[in-house]
Amino acid sequence: MPEFDQLVSIVTGACAHGCTVEQHSTPKAFRIQAADLLNVCYQLQQNPSTYFDMLVNVTGVDNGVEKGTMDVIYHLSSIPYNFQVALMVTVARDHAEVESVTHIWKAANWHEREAYDLLGIKFLNHPDLRRILLPADWKGHPLRKDYTHEEYYRGIKIEY
Amino acid sequence: MPTDHIQYKYKPDNLLLSEPNKFQVENLRSEEMILNLGPQHPSTHGVLRLEVLMDGEIIKEVAPHIGYLHRCFEKHAENLPYNQIIPFVDRLDYVTAMNNEHIYAMGVERMLGIADQIPKRVEYIRVLVAEMNRIASHMIAIGTYGMDIGAFTPFFWIMRDREHILRLLEWASGARLLYNYIWVGGLFYDLPVDFETRCREFVNYVKPKFRELEVILIENKIFIDRTANVGVLPLDLAINCGVTGPTLRGSGLRYDLRKVDGYSVYPEIDFSVPIGEGKMGTVGDCWDRTWVRMEEIHQSLKIIEQCLDKLTGEHKRTRDFDPQALVPKKIRPVAQDFYVRGEIPKGELGFYFRADGRSDIPYRCKCRSCSFANLSVLQEISKGVLVADLIAILGSIDIVLGEIDR
Repeated sequence: MPEFDQLVSIVTGACAHGCTVEQHSTPKAFRIQAADLLNVCYQLQQNPSTYFDMLVNVTGVDNGVEKGTMDVIYHLSSIPYNFQVALMVTVARDHAEVESVTHIWKAANWHEREAYDLLGIKFLNHPDLRRILLPADWKGHPLRKDYTHEEYYRGIKIEY
Repeated sequence: MPTDHIQYKYKPDNLLLSEPNKFQVENLRSEEMILNLGPQHPSTHGVLRLEVLMDGEIIKEVAPHIGYLHRCFEKHAENLPYNQIIPFVDRLDYVTAMNNEHIYAMGVERMLGIADQIPKRVEYIRVLVAEMNRIASHMIAIGTYGMDIGAFTPFFWIMRDREHILRLLEWASGARLLYNYIWVGGLFYDLPVDFETRCREFVNYVKPKFRELEVILIENKIFIDRTANVGVLPLDLAINCGVTGPTLRGSGLRYDLRKVDGYSVYPEIDFSVPIGEGKMGTVGDCWDRTWVRMEEIHQSLKIIEQCLDKLTGEHKRTRDFDPQALVPKKIRPVAQDFYVRGEIPKGELGFYFRADGRSDIPYRCKCRSCSFANLSVLQEISKGVLVADLIAILGSIDIVLGEIDR
């Protein structure tokens, strides 16, 4: 099982723009820059001393209009070492773009489509970025904090 | 009843606009065609639509269309206090509501820091009802799978026996499927008087029935012919696609979060984790996955017996026992990010919470659904098979659309 300090040095080494450790997070989380994401993910998956072979979850969080940012959180799990870690990337709300990790973990494909669908985060170089849960002609992204629901969808009144 | 209340204006192109095909007819080569399966078809286990690109009879590519059952769970959760989310959690994977509640309650308790104060009797009751529900879920999985590939009788046998579990759980909680029984910090109510005896009677009754089921279905030659060497899921692909649960264990990895994380009272209970061994064909084929579920039923029965021993012995019912003693009046965790995971019959169910520390409502609640990740492997392993095998593969993954679409 890798020590957390060792993990810190691996992640810091893979980051060109620096990283910080999130204090109030379970499992422990690294906040990294979007530009470093691909390199960090590749290192964590390939390095024999970490071997994060499973991407468990991709979550998008809208931090609200005042802050103007969104978080993308990747939960990784290492089956051989039984160790978990999270990576946190912050992107601008009106320009939410981050590189897709689909070619590292195939699991990312649908999770990223879901984040795109519900929060409008664009994943660059994603092989098939379409809406997944909502209809293709739905307007807006419902999990954004400033989303207002529409009264009609194709002539059907939506009663809430 | 005023009929003018219905305001839907039918237009022929509505469906094409809301869920367009991935493959276009113009781009097809000769001999190729698009086959549409579902969303209203019993073999798709709910409302799943599969768009299949075929070359003659061979499948070239599959594009699943999901979302027909989307109920905005995460949007609801952002507007409700933690304890009021539990009924919505029931409705994620509606055949394993107890397991969902168990993991959700565990996560919120850990965030509040009261997880280690929960009485042992409460934990044993939680594991007892969760394992009963796990059996019910695996029964549905095996029964409907048999029906998918043409075995009709086992389904009725299984439904007959599953009814006993549902009645026992109804007796405890008041509901047949969606229980709202496990609360944050405790339980809705203690087990009814005499529940333990009835439950033990059920275990003794059902054990030979499962042997019967094995003979008529799992070891049946027709069933083996339809499932062995079909839909082989290699282990590295399974891990890369985030597959968990019996589907992953069928590929030969002994990975069960009940053992790995050892949450609740599972470390005190003796049970083993069956994995696929390729007894009838290749490791990771459809037969292995079904067999793993069958073996897990036996292990769950073992867990139930041990829980009943504890609940009638060491942690037996007392007059002053209050299962709601620790239920917090106000659930307000400190500001934090929290991810909790646990093993439900289909795989790893996880909840990601972001609490802002100022309100009783989660700022963000994301559900990591195991059926969602498991289904995404379908397009990888169903290339170059026949349509009949596609149905066999889909059934062996055991999906519940309520959890995929949320």
